[in-house]
Amino acid sequence: MDINSIRSQFPILSREVHKKPLVYLDNGATTQKPLMVIDAISNYYRNINSNVHRGVHHLSQLATDAFEKSRITVQEFIGANSIKEVIITKGTTESINLLAYSFGDAFINEGDEIIVSELEHHANIVPWQLLCQRKKSVLRVIPVNEKGELEMDAFESLLSDKTKLVSVAHISNALGTINPIAEIIEKAHKVGAKVHIDGAQAIAHSKLNVKELDVDFYSFSAHKMYGPMGIGIFFGKEELLDQMPPWQSGGEMIDKVTFEKTTFNELPFKFEPGTPNVDGMIGLESSIHFLESLGLENIKKAEDELLAYGTEKLSAIKGLKIIGTADKKASVISFLLDDIHPFDAGTIIDHMGVAVRTGNHCAQPIMDKIGIPGTIRASISIYNTKEDIDRLVEAIERTQMMFA
Amino acid sequence: MTIKEKGQEIVEEFSMFDDWMDKYNYLIELGRDLEIIEDSHRDPQHLISGCQSRVWLSADYKDGIINFKADSDAVITKGIVNLLIRAMSEQSPDEIINDPLEFLEEIGLKEHLSPTRANGLTSMVKQMKLYALAFKAKSGQ
Repeated sequence: MDINSIRSQFPILSREVHKKPLVYLDNGATTQKPLMVIDAISNYYRNINSNVHRGVHHLSQLATDAFEKSRITVQEFIGANSIKEVIITKGTTESINLLAYSFGDAFINEGDEIIVSELEHHANIVPWQLLCQRKKSVLRVIPVNEKGELEMDAFESLLSDKTKLVSVAHISNALGTINPIAEIIEKAHKVGAKVHIDGAQAIAHSKLNVKELDVDFYSFSAHKMYGPMGIGIFFGKEELLDQMPPWQSGGEMIDKVTFEKTTFNELPFKFEPGTPNVDGMIGLESSIHFLESLGLENIKKAEDELLAYGTEKLSAIKGLKIIGTADKKASVISFLLDDIHPFDAGTIIDHMGVAVRTGNHCAQPIMDKIGIPGTIRASISIYNTKEDIDRLVEAIERTQMMFA
Repeated sequence: MTIKEKGQEIVEEFSMFDDWMDKYNYLIELGRDLEIIEDSHRDPQHLISGCQSRVWLSADYKDGIINFKADSDAVITKGIVNLLIRAMSEQSPDEIINDPLEFLEEIGLKEHLSPTRANGLTSMVKQMKLYALAFKAKSGQ
């Protein structure tokens, strides 16, 4: 892959921050957008903007066709059986809320158990806590070891016929751990539990095939895969989605409405009330084309190489401690510097023109478990280079100097 | 001295710095110099929760004058807190309630105080003003 040609597709990478060329290493929070995504959205508004599924007029047809073609692109990208399994949401958080409300209300009862892990983002904790309050069900938690890996023995001992749902991250946003989701799915299915995977951090870094995985539900956001913000996907197996009641309601999702009774539209529209995010969907389709133009295997290889380079360079810095050292790790390096507070470090690193994330990464339970207030996190994506890592190292050294 | 006058003094101090590093080195120094809060006040009751750095704040009221003490787990935050305390301590409730704290903008630290910036400093300013309101109400001024 030609890194210069990749970088040239991202206009924002040529800007400056604090009078220095930008080094963007906050890809775990959101990735930058290539021209083809920006252009696709711009083109939509310039040429075909119209509401979908409604008008018989020409533009509405064009918009509907483009929108539904995008859904097919997503279906093929994730290996789903049909477009009925591809529900459009605002993002991973809304996908998980949809699952918690719809599946939760229909299938989780008093005393039933839901399993999450200590590594989860708040978005994969709080909706389950609220569900447990509503249904008097019980939340169980898979512990992690000192490297930041799930304790699979403990997971197995949590599984029982009371387990109705297991919901874990594919990749930890705070530590980068790649969880053994195939094994989790297989073991959960043996006790009859369904499995949801929070794929927010994984979707841009490894090839997904929901059919091969045999996963029941999978969620992700477009903005972490070079696509626009405010749009995401909730995948569910058709047989399960069919049995699940609607969550939010309004137009689009209905079949027939009278004041006595309403019947609902078929999948996937049953779960998509209101005017959808059409430009977002067109942007998402374009981001998939971007990923496929490079190939996810190639992307993973390049990112793994840079992760190895970054890990080596950062490990060599005296006083730097990497938090999260799982054997299987995605391109995320979370770390602490001496006893410098992550907020202090982040402020100085930012002034060096390097964008990293600092804080608890919306994953307070894992930070509490490790006993730290947060970390500094560099998350790598396809347009990052060894020079970016070198600039980070320089910023870290400057930070240490200032707080020495 | 009024808050405005103290603020002007701080602005003059900061005008000596040519680049951001000098400014932050000074803030780090101020953070380390901050008179720390009593341990008994470093508790949840005095905690102003921000997303990234935590700030503890306590206030004393005597003879119509308010004095503040504070602490934070981040040094740069403590430096800014030090400046706020320097300007806002030894003032009357009315002075604290009414001053718009313009000096923070002039020394280029406004970015740390925007409401969306989750470091607890905006809440700290609000809390200082709330203390002033409470003391004012209590003393029946």
